[in-house]
Amino acid sequence: MAKNIQSLERAAAMLRLLAGGERRLGLSDIASSLGLAKGTAHGILRTLQHEGFVEQDSASGRYQLGAELLRLGNSYLDVHELRARALVWTDDLARSSGESVHLGVLHQQGVLIVHHVFRPDDSRQVLEVGAMQPLHSTALGKVLAAYDPVAHTEAVESERRSFTPRTVTDPEEFETVLDVVRARGWGSDVEETWEGVAAVAAPIHDRRRMPVGAIAVTGAVERVCQGGELRPELVAAVRDCARAVSRDLGARRF
Amino acid sequence: MTDAHTTGSHGTGPFIAAIDQGTTSSRCIVFDKDGRIVSVDQKEHEQIFPKPGWVEHDAAEIWENVQEVVAGAIVKAGITAADVKAIGITNQRETTLLWDKHTGEPVHNALVWQDTRTDGLCKELGRNVGQDRFRRETGLPLASYFAGPKVRWLLDNVEGLRERAERGDILFGTMDSWVIWNLTGGTDGGVHVTDVTNASRTLLMNLHTMQWDEKICSSIGVPMAVLPEIRSSAEVYGNAKGGVLEGVPVASALGDQQAALFGQTCFAEGEAKSTYGTGTFMLMNTGGTPVNSYNGLLTTVGYQIGDKPPVYALEGSIAVTGSLVQWMRDQMGLIQSAAEIETLASSVEDNGGAYFVPAFSGLFAPYWRPDARGVIAGLTRYVTKAHIARAVLEATAWQTREISDAMTKDSGVELTALKVDGGMTSNNLLMQTLADFLDAPVVRPMVAETTCLGAAYAAGLAVGFWPDTDALRANWRRAAEWTPRMDADTRAREYKSWLKAVERTMGWLDDEE
Repeated sequence: MAKNIQSLERAAAMLRLLAGGERRLGLSDIASSLGLAKGTAHGILRTLQHEGFVEQDSASGRYQLGAELLRLGNSYLDVHELRARALVWTDDLARSSGESVHLGVLHQQGVLIVHHVFRPDDSRQVLEVGAMQPLHSTALGKVLAAYDPVAHTEAVESERRSFTPRTVTDPEEFETVLDVVRARGWGSDVEETWEGVAAVAAPIHDRRRMPVGAIAVTGAVERVCQGGELRPELVAAVRDCARAVSRDLGARRF
Repeated sequence: MTDAHTTGSHGTGPFIAAIDQGTTSSRCIVFDKDGRIVSVDQKEHEQIFPKPGWVEHDAAEIWENVQEVVAGAIVKAGITAADVKAIGITNQRETTLLWDKHTGEPVHNALVWQDTRTDGLCKELGRNVGQDRFRRETGLPLASYFAGPKVRWLLDNVEGLRERAERGDILFGTMDSWVIWNLTGGTDGGVHVTDVTNASRTLLMNLHTMQWDEKICSSIGVPMAVLPEIRSSAEVYGNAKGGVLEGVPVASALGDQQAALFGQTCFAEGEAKSTYGTGTFMLMNTGGTPVNSYNGLLTTVGYQIGDKPPVYALEGSIAVTGSLVQWMRDQMGLIQSAAEIETLASSVEDNGGAYFVPAFSGLFAPYWRPDARGVIAGLTRYVTKAHIARAVLEATAWQTREISDAMTKDSGVELTALKVDGGMTSNNLLMQTLADFLDAPVVRPMVAETTCLGAAYAAGLAVGFWPDTDALRANWRRAAEWTPRMDADTRAREYKSWLKAVERTMGWLDDEE
């Protein structure tokens, strides 16, 4: 095994030092406590400060722990919180679009369905909460892969199975698809996962603009598409809904 | 709710406006013909606690707020009075107000349903018979929630009020009456009415005649002169006078839980809804006959449409459901948000043998044991906080099962499906557990605002905006359905353990006080 990275060890030691009680320490205190040259200590502190892990008091020039460290511990958005916030908006989306609505998040190598609103007709439907969908072929998956780097890695590194003749499996072609998603702000799946089924999805962001999930409208291809194109009013409705949920989560308008 | 370009969006109307005068806030929602929400406005009012156990509202503030939210919702919808076909009212039930009919001024703050100052009076009124003295006529036990004893308290405690009331200068009303009287002109010809559902919560109305019961009124000490006229839940009481909805018919009134029953379109005998909030209220439609309860439920009026015969309901309430989750968050600190209870509970397969009976202020329906206090039973070293979280959710589901069992016993009707609404319906694990424990499908409708929707529906029926209840049923949309997955043996074994835990809560207080 290679040796540990010395500068990271030193950075960790600094954070521990600053975490000991409610204190602010000057550069020379930190350097001498850790037996470092002032220049070395300063370089590490500056990097930590840039990442938001350390803050420098402008008056005294002393250092303290940064707010980013606190957020790091609390950043995980509970999926049940996400569902609770999305409830009214997704109901309204299902009602106005006449199609079923899914809310998905990244889970392991796929999309986990955390909320599902039935298509508003009287047909028998089964609740799909807890089901998994593929990342590379579904509208939800593509949106997550386009916006969330972790989802992107999973989608690129895992095997991309061909479900229908339209499934995109080639790596370069797949990246092009994701570029389009990012450029337009929404993703689609026209018979790429299931024959006869099409979907439109848009990303949900939290207050730090992190992509935390995606919302999709899914239905029969002849209803969701018109003249070979996804119906623009459906795309607009999905994006409105995703934006409304993002706003509820505290994301600023974008 | 969504901005502009939504598909098939609500066109140009016409619309129905529903006013929900609730316990913590007043709201106005504008609905279109499909029952979709066009706009919402809401304003909270002050909760006044003069003493422990006393809860009051300033009725003048409430009327101000109602006017404000109506104007707000109309502006947000971008419409005018001409686009609104009718106004529907739903309200916090039992909250009691007396006001001067010449000045329109309340003579005292309204006594809120939660206010327990009439506990002693109710005991006294029970005399040698006890709390069921008026149950045969009214369907209710003598309890501090209901309006009648609150009226008596006000007459006894506000100086000179009884004389003014007997002279005919004072009007009584629950919040529906207050809002309707003011909407239709107040001192300038306002109509003094209430609907059958609100009247059925006063302890003063005879369920069989739908009229004030003179004998009971005189036993409780309420002069007939203060009482509003009892009308159906869906008819035109009068037209709005003044304000942004000038001239629009005021066409429905329903107590909030009955409005939810109506909004959930539970129009057939045996259909039931349960609203999961801080507490939970379950109502079952029992058709054209008031069913006496021998299992601790209330008999109440579900609704009455115009001159059609009234439809009755059985009601069971659970005091602690959502508030138990809040307790886990605020008092125990085991979770950071209410939604996290599901995350924690989902991290284990079962309750690990633990059962949580949240009898924080005694056991309610179907036991009615004020001497009970909460327990967590079945603890072993194996039990983790995740198991407790699971037990918390199961407590809500088991309590629903107990009410449902009581309803079946009283009515002889098996529950075929349960329609749910309220905040806790976003908890998927709870909804699945509910289906498992009830052994019946649990269904969530697409419009969460069933209370306002019910008031809008009733008002719309009264003015012919919707032709009949079938048209309303056609508007109902299933957003989700949970089907039972638990095997019968497990269900029976778990239920037995729950009932054992319930037994352990009883008799904790030595003295009933």
